[in-house]
Amino acid sequence: MKITREIKRKIIQVAAFGYSNPWLGNFAGGNIYQGNWKQFCNPGMNCYSCPAAGLACPIGAMQAGANSQSYRFGFYATGVVLAIGVVLGRAVCGFLCPFGLLQELIHKIPSPKLHLPKWTTYIKYALLAIFVILMPMLAMDGTGVRSPSFCKYICPVGTLEGGIPILASHPELRSLIGGIFTLKMAILIVVIVGCVLVSRFFCKVMCPLGAIYGMLNKVSLYRMDVDSAKCISCAACSKVCPMDVEPYKVPNSAECIRCGHCITACPKEALSAGFKLNTKESNTIDMKGA
Amino acid sequence: MGSDKRTNIFRILLIIIAVVMIVFGVMHGEVSIALRKAIKICLECIGIG
Repeated sequence: MKITREIKRKIIQVAAFGYSNPWLGNFAGGNIYQGNWKQFCNPGMNCYSCPAAGLACPIGAMQAGANSQSYRFGFYATGVVLAIGVVLGRAVCGFLCPFGLLQELIHKIPSPKLHLPKWTTYIKYALLAIFVILMPMLAMDGTGVRSPSFCKYICPVGTLEGGIPILASHPELRSLIGGIFTLKMAILIVVIVGCVLVSRFFCKVMCPLGAIYGMLNKVSLYRMDVDSAKCISCAACSKVCPMDVEPYKVPNSAECIRCGHCITACPKEALSAGFKLNTKESNTIDMKGA
Repeated sequence: MGSDKRTNIFRILLIIIAVVMIVFGVMHGEVSIALRKAIKICLECIGIG
């Protein structure tokens, strides 16, 4: 059997899921791992209240930083995300994100498959600005604690990986279920149905981490190039793109998760991805002249 | 200045900013804040606190 690019990517995704969630035995008792590895941020979305999680969620850690006494911003976690983003960009989403793998598996459920309008991809930037940065910075409860607003009100990853397993194994906590958890369950159901119908629904519409990595896609060291001498603008790459990108026009789009489906689909081998210092802007297709 | 050179300068600048942010955060105890949050079941993080 030939080890295709997609099989290699799946192996990396499963390995990333494994190192993100090595403590599977904790599901039985509803405990969570409490070791020092949790001071390090996972590159992808993975709730740190998940019983199996071995690392900190970067978005959770960014919000936790707002509880610093001298300032209201998570410099440590933001710096880590920035450094990872400059090197890998949204390749993290395509290769290393545990929730990305889950979404790809959910999307395999047979159903009509839909495409979202472009404007929906901007929602994640609003969620990043309001729920991850501004609200933890500005909103404080009666005890002087700043809430991790994205985790508290929105994050379906936390509901799926943390909320449901913890409530399943801790009956005494079920009396705390209220309006916020109901809202989060509703969001989780919308996301799961969305992922069945739309490829990577959460990544496209809601993921604040994907929004940060997406902004860095244009400068990240891991990047894509189009060889204009080979490209015949057949758009075969666009037709297979799970993120609805047109790789032959915008190879380093903020939406591209570097999955490489387009590279495999290209009949002329005009697309390539890898760690590159040169941007090869001259090699991208000039659509004004096309 | 070529676009490659500009991009590389921008990359280096972003890496420097990232390193400065990490060092600043570590020096101000943010690692322990993140650790404390991550090693306890965060009820508000999962929507029941």
